[in-house]
Amino acid sequence: MTIPASLRKWLLSLGVAAVVAYCLAPFYWMLVSSLRRTSDIFDNSLLPSPLSLENYRAVFDPSQAFTRALLNSLVVAGVTTLLALVLATFTAYAMARLEFRLKRLVLTLIIATSMFPVVSIAVPLLKLFVDLGWVNTYQAMIVPSMSFTLPLAVWNLTAFFRQLPDELEQAAMVDGCTRGQAFRKVIIPLAAPGLFTTAIITFIAAWNEFLIALSMTNKPEMQTAPVAISKFSGATQFETPFGSQMAAGVLVTVPLVIVVLLFQRRIVAGLTAGAAK
Amino acid sequence: MAETRTPARPVPPDARREPPAAPARRRRARATAGTARLAALLVSPTLLVLAVVVLYPTVVALQQSLYGARRLDPRTGFVEETEPFVGLQNFAAIFGEAGSRFWNAFWNTTFFTVTTVLLETLIGVAMALIMHRAFRGRALVRASILIPWAIPTAVTGLLWRWIFNSDGIANTLLGHQVLWTTEGFHAKAAVIIADVWKTAPFVGLLVLAGLQVIPNEVYEAARIDGAGILRRFRHITLPLVKPALLVAVLFRTLDALRMFDLPYILIGAQKTSVETLSMLAQDQAANVRFGPASAYAVILFVYVFLIALAFVRLLGADVVGDDGKVKRRRRLLPRRPQGVAA
Repeated sequence: MTIPASLRKWLLSLGVAAVVAYCLAPFYWMLVSSLRRTSDIFDNSLLPSPLSLENYRAVFDPSQAFTRALLNSLVVAGVTTLLALVLATFTAYAMARLEFRLKRLVLTLIIATSMFPVVSIAVPLLKLFVDLGWVNTYQAMIVPSMSFTLPLAVWNLTAFFRQLPDELEQAAMVDGCTRGQAFRKVIIPLAAPGLFTTAIITFIAAWNEFLIALSMTNKPEMQTAPVAISKFSGATQFETPFGSQMAAGVLVTVPLVIVVLLFQRRIVAGLTAGAAK
Repeated sequence: MAETRTPARPVPPDARREPPAAPARRRRARATAGTARLAALLVSPTLLVLAVVVLYPTVVALQQSLYGARRLDPRTGFVEETEPFVGLQNFAAIFGEAGSRFWNAFWNTTFFTVTTVLLETLIGVAMALIMHRAFRGRALVRASILIPWAIPTAVTGLLWRWIFNSDGIANTLLGHQVLWTTEGFHAKAAVIIADVWKTAPFVGLLVLAGLQVIPNEVYEAARIDGAGILRRFRHITLPLVKPALLVAVLFRTLDALRMFDLPYILIGAQKTSVETLSMLAQDQAANVRFGPASAYAVILFVYVFLIALAFVRLLGADVVGDDGKVKRRRRLLPRRPQGVAA
C-alpha cells in the first residue's frame, strides 16, 4: 500500500470518530435540549446552562397522562413479546431440527409476512375491531403486533437453534429422554441466551410500533408512549412544547439504550444471524 | 438426517450387530411419520396466528376494497346500514380525477424508497469498511451504531422536527434559514435525512457481519498477486459481501416502501410533499372510508410483493437465510424455485 502506516492509522481514527459522531450527535442533541429551561430552549449552545429538570417535571404532569402511556407501552410490548417468544420457540425448533415436507415453504411464508406493509393489515383489522368493540383495548394492539414480532422471533430463534450442536439432544435421547424431554431439559437451558436476545429484539420492535397503536386508539389513556409523545401539546395550541417532547423522547429511549449497551454483542449477533450467511 | 434422531430406546451393544437392512428401513419409515407429526404440532400455532393476523386481514382487505363508503339513503335520510358494493371503482378511481392524491403518494413512496435506500447503502458500506478496519474503539462504534436503530421511529421524527425547527440547530449550523418542516422539497429532504440517519448504521451492521466472514487469506493472496486496493475491493470484497448487502438492501427497500411514522410525525398528516401510500391508506381508514383505504393498502401490498419478487428473481438473493444444510435438503426435497420469498 502506498499510504504510510501512520497516516492510515490517523485516517482510520478519523473515520471511527465520524461514525460515532454521525450516530450519536442527534441523540446528544435530544438529551441536551431536554435539560434546558423552557425559556432558553432555542439556545443552541452545546451544553445546557443552567441545567434544568423543568421539562421532565412537565412530562410527568398529570395532564399529559404520560405515565399511563409508558405503562400501556410496557403492557402491549411485554405481552406481545411473551406470546411471540413462546410460539416462535416451538416453530423455530422444528425449523432448525426436523426435516419435513414443505419446510422451506413454511419458513419462506413466515419470513415473508414480516415484510408485509403493516397498513394492509391494520385497515381490515381496525374495521373488525370496531365491530368487536375492541378499539381502545390492549388486545387490539397486541394481536396485530404479532404479525411482525412473531416472524422476527421465529427467524432469530431458528438461526440460534441451528448453532446448537445436534449431538446434545442425540446424547440425551440415547440416555433415554424422549425428544420432548431432550428439548425441555437440554435445549431450553442452552437456548436461554438466544431466547433472551430474541426477547430484546422483539420487545424493541413492539415498543417502537406506531401505526397500529395510532389506529387502534382514540382515548389518550389507552395510547402507547410513541403515540402519546407525538400528540404532546403545549399550554396553547400555538406553542409546540419541544422541551417536554425531547424529555419524553429521552425517557422512552433511555431504557432501550441501556439494554442495547449492556447486551450489544448479543444483539448484533441476533440481528446479523440471518444476513451473514 | 431425521432417522438418526428418532426417540430410540437405548440399544444394547449386541443388538447393533444384527443385519441392518430390513429393521432399519422399517424404523426409518416410522420415524419420518412421527417427525412429520411433531413438526406439524410445533409449527401449527405460529401458522394459525399468522393466518389470523395476516392472511385473514389480507382477504378482508381484498373484499373490502370492492365496497364504497356508507352514504345517506335518499329515501330514509339515514346513513345506510351496509356499505354499497362498487366493484373495482375504488381501483378505477386512481385513474380518474380523484387519483391525483394517490399518484402523489405513490411517487412520494417510490422517491423516498429509491433515495433513502441508495444513500443508506452508500453510507452503510462506508461505515462497515471503517468499522472492519478499526481495531481501537470497536466496542464504542458497535454500541453507537445500535442507538439510532433502538430509538423509536416516532421519537426520531420528533427529534428531527426539533433539529429542523426554524430556530433549530440545523439552520444555525447552516447559517441560513430553511423552513424544513413546511411543504415543499425541503420537507422531502428532511424526511430523507432523518430516515438515512436512523437506518444507515443498520445497513452498516449487516454489511460488517458479511465482511467479517471473509477470510483474511483471500486478501493476502490477492495482495501478493499484486492487486491494488480498488481491485481488491471490486473483485473480492464486493462479490463476497454481496449476499449480506442484498439482504440489507432488500430489507431496507421493503421497509421504506411502507414508511409511515417518520413523515407523519416529522412533517404531519395530509401533507402533499411527504404523504406516502401507508399514510394515505391510514388517513382514509381513520376517516371511515374503508373501501378506498383497503384499495390503497392492496395496491401497496402488490407493490411490495412485486419488488420483493423482482429482487429474488433478478439477484437470486437467498433471503430465507438457509445454512449449510442446503445439500441435504436438496436431496430430501425436490428443489423449489426460490421465487416464493414474497
